Amino acid sequence: MAAGAISEKRRSALAQASPLALIFVVFFIVPLLLTAIVSLWNYNEYEILPDITARNYVEAFEGCGTRLFSPPHELCATLKTYLTTLRISLTVWFVTLVLGFAVAYFLAFHVRSLTIQIVLFLVCTIPFWTSNVIRMISWIPLLGRNGLVNQTLLGLHLVSEPVEWLLFSDFAVVLAFVHLYTLFMIVPIFNSMMRIDRSILEAATDAGASGWQRLTNVIIPLTKPGIVIGSIFVLTIVMGDFVTVGVMGGQQIASVGKMINTQMGALQFPPAAAHAVILLLTVLAIIWGLTRLVDVRKEL
Amino acid sequence: MGERRPAAFYWLGALFALFVLFLYGPMLTIVVLSFQGPEGGLTFPMNGASLHWFAKLWSDGLPNVDIWSSFGRSARLGIVVMLLTVVLSLMAGLAYRKGFVGSNALFYVVVASLIMPSIVVSLGIGLEFRILDDAIKKHGPAALTDGYDTAMGLFTSALGAHLTWTLPFGLLIIFAIFNRFDPRYEEAARDLGASPWQALRHVVLPIIGPSVVGVGLFGFTLSWDEIARTSQTIGYRNTLPLELQGQTTTVTTPVIYALGTLTTAVSLAVIALALAGILLLRRYQARIGSAAAKGSKSALA
Repeated sequence: MAAGAISEKRRSALAQASPLALIFVVFFIVPLLLTAIVSLWNYNEYEILPDITARNYVEAFEGCGTRLFSPPHELCATLKTYLTTLRISLTVWFVTLVLGFAVAYFLAFHVRSLTIQIVLFLVCTIPFWTSNVIRMISWIPLLGRNGLVNQTLLGLHLVSEPVEWLLFSDFAVVLAFVHLYTLFMIVPIFNSMMRIDRSILEAATDAGASGWQRLTNVIIPLTKPGIVIGSIFVLTIVMGDFVTVGVMGGQQIASVGKMINTQMGALQFPPAAAHAVILLLTVLAIIWGLTRLVDVRKEL
Repeated sequence: MGERRPAAFYWLGALFALFVLFLYGPMLTIVVLSFQGPEGGLTFPMNGASLHWFAKLWSDGLPNVDIWSSFGRSARLGIVVMLLTVVLSLMAGLAYRKGFVGSNALFYVVVASLIMPSIVVSLGIGLEFRILDDAIKKHGPAALTDGYDTAMGLFTSALGAHLTWTLPFGLLIIFAIFNRFDPRYEEAARDLGASPWQALRHVVLPIIGPSVVGVGLFGFTLSWDEIARTSQTIGYRNTLPLELQGQTTTVTTPVIYALGTLTTAVSLAVIALALAGILLLRRYQARIGSAAAKGSKSALA
């Protein structure tokens, strides 16, 4: 009878979870499978043709080998796009990691009252709940040609004419990413730091560790799960982004996400799907590498 | 307590202050600039102060765009996404407490959806609906295919796309809530003869209520400014953030700042409502809790 009750309980649990599971089957798993399948389909100007071909993958990198290995020895557009995306992602990752770690460290170890901790944490979080596009647009009056930064620089006679690379540039893109997504680093790192038993830190100090040694030998190793989770968040968001790169790059900078979006707009679904698969594999490889460092599952 | 602060405290404190300025400064600029006078431009200096651009936004909207329709669409979608996120993740959270077949697999799928590049999800759902449309047009009964265009829309593909983004947040927050929930309250209620539903309704929900409001907050705000997953799944009629994104390079008057101030005000109002709701529920809990402790009346009544 007990066994019956238990299986009854588990059946009702399955029923309770099924609406959520159904959403993910219909809007996540099936779409991903379709993307993988369609990346192997052919197409013409009018429609998608369901016959298997490697055409989309081959054409994605067509001519890249010859351009690279024989004159003029340069990268083809596709490879350049992938490298730009990777370069921006790594830059953003590094900046958000250092900044996010410092902010989390301050909140976790230097703010002593729990109330103030919660208030300051909320202060960091509130912008996350407001519109990303607005937060991007809000840089325009600051960084534009006649923006506040240029007005100030000109006023101080630090430059003789307006600095052009502040807006619609790599710099602007990275700045906006840092602005938008540092929180994704702060939250998991802060969470890891709050779990560190404070007596371990005291023990380290009592054993003669300097502040720096305490940081590198105790806090950073114990914060690693938070760092890895934050890194996964930031890297996956930035790798697939097309909105921030579009708006802050003045639609002039190519990224993988933007390339896919443009192809979708031109109704070239199979090549878009092929790039989506390549992007996905790249992201999975990065995540796989990061999770080698720590067992994320244990930390959730 | 009371010991002298190390130098690092001041350095990090200054860094934190700069970070907060970095977070809020730009937003403040466009709020200020949205009150430009009629002659004012996109940058400082302020050319007088007025509500001109709000009035213009109210009467004309943005050039070439029906901004108020997309405003309405975003609001409706946001509310539906919020309700579904709360209900579905709460149900699933309760299921995880009991355990079920495939719970591990579902967990991995949910986390995968959270970290999946949004453009890939968007593309996949877009493809799915395109293939569905083609199939219906080719093989569907005449009654259905007559005048049929697409199944894509605000409350089909776009709703699904938004849920793939909000539900992972919802479920992970619910997990965190139940991690801190003491199951003995529920067991006590069951021992006193409460049905599972009564225990949920009168014991579990009142205790976790404030945190569930937080799930709703995530549901609405994440949907309200979602772009990436919406882009290929919305069909013909855009949501507000998509329109805004399209207008960033074409609108050259402070009217876009007025719109920015307005949508930010909506976000802030929702956040304030949620925080107020959480505080009210907490206070209510404290009152009920202390009343029950005094034995003056049963909390379960």
